[in-house]
Amino acid sequence: MRTIAVTSEGPTLDDQVDPRFGRAAGFVVVDLETMDTKYIDNGQSQVMAQGAGIQAAGLVARAGVGCLLSGYVGPKAFKALSAAGVKVGQNLEGLTVRQAVERFKRGEVEIAQAANRDG
Amino acid sequence: MMIVSVASGKGGTGKTTVAASLASVWDGALLGVDLDVEEPNLHLFLHPTIEGSELAYLTVPTVDEAKCTYCGACSDLCQFAAISVMGQVILTFPEMCHGCGGCIAVCPEKAISPGQRELGEISWGVAGGVGFLAGRLRVGEAMSPPLMRRVKARLEQRLATTGEEAIIDAPPGVSCPAVNAVMDSDVILLVTEPTPFGVYDFKLAWEAFTPLGKPLGAVINRAGLGNDAIYRCCQEKGLPILAEIPYDRAIAEAYARGRIIADLSPGVKETFVTLRDKIRDLAKTSQLREAAHA
Repeated sequence: MRTIAVTSEGPTLDDQVDPRFGRAAGFVVVDLETMDTKYIDNGQSQVMAQGAGIQAAGLVARAGVGCLLSGYVGPKAFKALSAAGVKVGQNLEGLTVRQAVERFKRGEVEIAQAANRDG
Repeated sequence: MMIVSVASGKGGTGKTTVAASLASVWDGALLGVDLDVEEPNLHLFLHPTIEGSELAYLTVPTVDEAKCTYCGACSDLCQFAAISVMGQVILTFPEMCHGCGGCIAVCPEKAISPGQRELGEISWGVAGGVGFLAGRLRVGEAMSPPLMRRVKARLEQRLATTGEEAIIDAPPGVSCPAVNAVMDSDVILLVTEPTPFGVYDFKLAWEAFTPLGKPLGAVINRAGLGNDAIYRCCQEKGLPILAEIPYDRAIAEAYARGRIIADLSPGVKETFVTLRDKIRDLAKTSQLREAAHA
């Protein structure tokens, strides 16, 4: 796995992890080797009445990442991410994006088997 | 042929009580319709004999993955993410689908065919001399307007053949289900109560329903309770108060036993007879006004 995505309140490694997935402000895509970043704005999903998680999953899947780190992922988004082959690490709220990525690199992020939020 | 809907902002103000009593004093062939499909309860007062029922369904996509090329035309179209292409996988979320059929129409491979999601049950029957029609949402179904539209289609069909008039028991609130229930009626009654909660939600209902351009009238239930804010509110908005039902123990007891309160006493019955006549006047005045504008 070369890149992962982290839900983020802003575009940099030092922004806070956005605990929401579907309605996250955006996603910081991080290259695990170089720590280079790319930012994907999620504004389009934020304004959806429903289905934000599924749409966000589409954005993340298209970015070609192997794993997504976030706070809470609901069941539909989880299903969509799983279908796209994107692994999910949850319960990472209260950290910066950098801290979350470092935790992931140390092997301390458990890969989720199911959503941790109800739809 | 008139359709009267009985609505409110706040729940528990007495919509069903008013609808049932109004039905009992109606002076012509009538169909009582329960469009509060999430929590139908008009039958508790009308005690209908059910003569038939059917399940209602919404058309949702079924994908033949063998034909799908993952082009994404369906997912680009769907505003509700009910169908979504994730790389080389296509996912459907039938519970999110609003049933527009757009994905089926837009698919260049004809890989999507119509499937079904059960919305709930429509039942009909007769209660004394009054016809009865009701929808009941399936437990777990998130959207009530699609089922309501099917009940309303049956209502229209029936009125066209029988010449009946209809009283609709609408759901509370001011969102899609409430607007859906009242939008095709000729007169909208707003049942409220003289409490701060009643007044607050009454104003919301007034704001939500006024743009529909239908004649509105207020029915004040539990009159004598609370304060006079509701009266001032009606006056400011130029909304006629068509009936007041007193805050009265005997009425509450009759209601709690599932009785029609118009049957309680000549006085209460007269209240509803007057209400019926005022509804007819309101409909007539509005028709005249429309004719003058035409």
